[in-house]
Amino acid sequence: MSSASTGGKQAAPASTRAKPANKAEAAADYLDGRLGIYSLAKSNLRKIFPDHWSFMLGEICLYTFIIIILTGVYLTLFFKPSMGEVIYNGSYAPLNGVRVSEAYASTLNISFEVRGGLLIRQIHHWAAIVFVAAMFVHMMRVFFTGAFRKPREINWVFGFLLLFLGFFDGFLGYSLPDDLLSGTGIRFMEGAILAVPLVGTYLSFFLFGGQFPGTDIVPRFFTIHVLLIPGIMLGLLVAHLILVFYHKHTQWAGPGKTEKNVVGMPLMPVYMAKAGGFFFLVFGIIAAMSAIASVNPVWAYGPYRPDQVSTDAQPDWYMGFAEGLIRVMPGWEIRAWGHTLNLGVFIPLVLFPLVLVAIAAYPFIENWITGDKREHHILDRPRNAPVRTGLGAAWISLYLVLLSGGGNDLIATHFHLSLNDITYFVRAGSFIVPVVVFFITKRWCLGLQRRDKEKVLHGRETGVIKRLPHGEMIEVHAQLPQGALHTLTSHEQYEPLELPAEVDENGVARKVGLVTKTRAKLSESMFGEGNQIPKPTAEEHQEITSGHGHH
Amino acid sequence: MSHDMSDDKLPANHAEGHGDVAAADNPFADPGLPAHEVRRTDIDERAAKRAERQVSLLFIVSMLATVGFIASYVAIDPTRIVYIFPLGHISAMNFALGMTLAVALFCIGAGAVHWARTLMSDVEHPAERHPIEADDEVRADVIEQFKTGAAESAFGRRKMIRNTLIGSMALVPLSGVMLLRDLGPLPEKSLDSTAWSEATPSMPIQLINMNTNEAMKPEDIQVGSLTFARPGPSALRPNGLQESDEDFQQQIAKDALMIVRIQPEDIKDPNSAALGFQGVLVYSKICTHVGCPISLYEQQTHHALCPCHQSTFDLADGARVIFGPAGHPLPQLKISTDSLGYLVATGDFSHPVGPSFWERSQ
Repeated sequence: MSSASTGGKQAAPASTRAKPANKAEAAADYLDGRLGIYSLAKSNLRKIFPDHWSFMLGEICLYTFIIIILTGVYLTLFFKPSMGEVIYNGSYAPLNGVRVSEAYASTLNISFEVRGGLLIRQIHHWAAIVFVAAMFVHMMRVFFTGAFRKPREINWVFGFLLLFLGFFDGFLGYSLPDDLLSGTGIRFMEGAILAVPLVGTYLSFFLFGGQFPGTDIVPRFFTIHVLLIPGIMLGLLVAHLILVFYHKHTQWAGPGKTEKNVVGMPLMPVYMAKAGGFFFLVFGIIAAMSAIASVNPVWAYGPYRPDQVSTDAQPDWYMGFAEGLIRVMPGWEIRAWGHTLNLGVFIPLVLFPLVLVAIAAYPFIENWITGDKREHHILDRPRNAPVRTGLGAAWISLYLVLLSGGGNDLIATHFHLSLNDITYFVRAGSFIVPVVVFFITKRWCLGLQRRDKEKVLHGRETGVIKRLPHGEMIEVHAQLPQGALHTLTSHEQYEPLELPAEVDENGVARKVGLVTKTRAKLSESMFGEGNQIPKPTAEEHQEITSGHGHH
Repeated sequence: MSHDMSDDKLPANHAEGHGDVAAADNPFADPGLPAHEVRRTDIDERAAKRAERQVSLLFIVSMLATVGFIASYVAIDPTRIVYIFPLGHISAMNFALGMTLAVALFCIGAGAVHWARTLMSDVEHPAERHPIEADDEVRADVIEQFKTGAAESAFGRRKMIRNTLIGSMALVPLSGVMLLRDLGPLPEKSLDSTAWSEATPSMPIQLINMNTNEAMKPEDIQVGSLTFARPGPSALRPNGLQESDEDFQQQIAKDALMIVRIQPEDIKDPNSAALGFQGVLVYSKICTHVGCPISLYEQQTHHALCPCHQSTFDLADGARVIFGPAGHPLPQLKISTDSLGYLVATGDFSHPVGPSFWERSQ
C-alpha cells in the first residue's frame, strides 16, 4: 500500500517481468505469483531419473494405491456398512429369503444389480492383492540392493509402515462384506485378541462393542478401512515420494556414474510419458484380471454365522504367513492362579509383527555394524553383500515356509500329503530352512564374486579354441572393455572391525565392552576373511595382462 | 562407540580413485558416460513416422474401447451368463465392461510408453547430487536461531511455566482415552456362561436340531453322524433360540452344539461317558483355539477336526486335543432326557466355551 502510493499518481506499478508470450504463459505467471510454481518446477521439471526395470516396482505400488482409492470411493456409494439384518431379496436367487446383514446384502447388490459394480469390486480387490505384493517385491528390491542406506533409512521406515498398514487395511477391507469367509477371519482375530494377557478380553469387548460378533464391528471396520488407515497411508505415501525426489534416485554402478551424480533421462517428457503411461498399463492389466478372474465371490460363501464355516478357509495371501504361525504353533496353555495364558495363540500374535519388524530394523543394524556415516547412491549388486543377501533370502524363506503352513490344508488335499506331516515340517522348517537358505545364498554370492574376479583378471571366454605349436589347445580369453572392468570393480569392500589392543600404549588394560565385542564379531562375519572375496586390484590385473597375455 | 575404531575401517572415500595406482594407468578407471547410441527413429524419418502412426493407432483403439464400454453398459443384460472358453460360464456384462475398460486403459499406457521409447530423446544426462546434510555455516546459523528463540521464550528459565505446560499436555489426552470407555461393556463374567446355564434339573432345556428345528430323542442320533443343535425353549426364551432373535449371532457363537453317538464300549473317558446319555455325547461346536465352528467328523476314529486351523479332538476321549494348535479340550454338556424322552441339558458346560482368555479360570 505505502510503496504504491509513494510512487505518485500511476495506477499500478509495472511488473519487471517480461510480458507473457501466450495465454498459457500468462496462466503460469498468475499461478507463480500466488504459489511460486516456477521455483518448484525449476529443479523438478527436468529432474533426472535413472532407468532400470526394478525401479518401476514402486510405481506399481503407487498406481495400485490410486486405483484402490478411485474404486473404493465408488464402492462406498453403494455399500451399507451395517450389521442390521434384512431378508435378502435380489437377483441372486439361491439366497432369496435368507436372513443377511445389510453389509452382505449391499455387497450382493453391488455384485448383481449395479451395472459394472462387480467389475469395480473385483478391481478394488485385485488391486489390493497386487498392491501388497508390489510393496513386498519393491521392499525386497530396496533391501537386496542396499538402497536403504544413508540418506534413505527414514524413507525405508515410511515404506515399511505402508506395507504394514497395507496388510491391515486389506484384512479390514475383505472383512467388510460380512460373508462366511470374512466373518471366520474376524472370529480368528477375536480369538487372537482374547489371547492377550491381562487386557485381551477388555480389548475384544471394546472392539466388538460387547460379545462377539455384536453389531458394531462392520461399521467400525468400515471407518478404519476407508478413512483412518488410508488417511495415514496417504500422508506416508506423499512423504515417501517427496523424499524420493529430494534424495534423487539411486543408480547402478557403471561408466560415468558416481556417488555425486545421477544419470538418466528427464522427468519431462520421458518419465511423464513412461511413468504416466505405466499407470494406465497397470490399471488396464488389473481391469483385465477383474474381467476374467473372480476374486472373493461372497455370494458363494453365504452370509456369516458364527456356527458355520466352509472348508479351505484362507485369508488373502499377505496374511498367509500369520495364518501359518497360528496353525503350526503347538497349543501351549498355562493355567495358574485362576488365569489362562494362551501361549499357543499369543506367541504367534507377537511373532507376526516381529517377523516384519526384523526386516525393517535390518538397515539400522547393518549401519551400526559398518559404522558408515556417508551417503550411498550407487546400488550394491546383491552378490557383493553376501551376508545381507543371505539374510534377506533367509527371511523370504521363513515367510514362504510359514505361508505354506497357512495353506497346509490346501497342500494336503492337492498333493495328497498328510496334513500332520506338513505341520511338523513347517514347525521344524521355520528354524532349519532359513539357516540352510542363508548359507546357500551366501556361498552362491561368494561364487558369483569369484566369477566376477575371474572375468576381470582373465577376460571373458570367446569360444575360440586355439591350438598352440606344441599341440596344446587353449581357449582364447578376451579382455573386458574398460567400462565393464570399472563396473565390476567399483563396489566398495569394508574391512572387518578390529578390536583395539587389549592393553594401551601405557600397558594399562583397556576395557572393551560387550557391545563393542559383539559389533566386532558381526563385522567379522560380514566382511572378514571368507565372507567376501577381495576384489581384484589394478596391480593384479596388470601383472596378469602384461606378463603373458594369452591366458 | 569409539570413533577411531570405525572410521579407519571404511573403504577409501568415494571421490578418491582406486588405491595407489595412478588413474592414468588404472585399468579400472571410470571411462565416463558411453556415447549415445542412436535409434532407428532418430535418423530414419520413415521409421519415426511409422512409430507416430503406431502410437496414434493405440490411442484410437483406446477410444473405440471406451465406446465399446458404453455400448456394453447400455446393451448387455446384467443377469446374462455366457460361456467363454477357457473361463467357463461368466457374467457377460462383467466380462465386456472389464475387457473394454482394460483395452481402453492399456492402449493409452502402451501408446505413451511406445511414444517415449521411440520418439522422445533417450539421451542420458548426468545431474549433480548435493549432500543432503547442510554445510556447517547453515547448521551453526540454525542452531543459533533456535537458541535465540528458546532463550526468548524463557522456556528453560521459567520452570513453573515449563512444568505446568508439560503437566497439562500430559493430562489432556486422558479425556480422549475416557471417551473410548463406552466402546463396549466390560466383559465381567459374560464369557464364562452360555444360554445353557438357564437349564436346571427341574427346568431342563431341549436340544433342537439345527437342520430339522425339532427336539431329538437319543435314538435319532445315529452312530457315525454329526448333528448340530441349538437351545430349545427356556424361561427366558419361550420359543428357544431363533434366527430372528436380536442376539442370535452372539448366542449361537457360544451355544452351538455338536452331537455324536459313540458305542459305549468305545468311549475311553468314563467321566465323558457319564456326562452323555447312552453313548450320545454333546460337545461345544466352537473350537477352543480361536473360535471357528468345528464341522468335520471322522466316524471311524471319532476325531473332530476344525477346518480353520486343523485342531483335532478325540470325541471318544473327552474331546482331548490330539493334534493342532488348540490348547484344551472342547467343553462337554451334560445331558439326559426329559419326561417325553427328548434330549435335554440340565446345566451349563463345565468350562467356558470357545477360545481361551485371561480370566478363564479352569
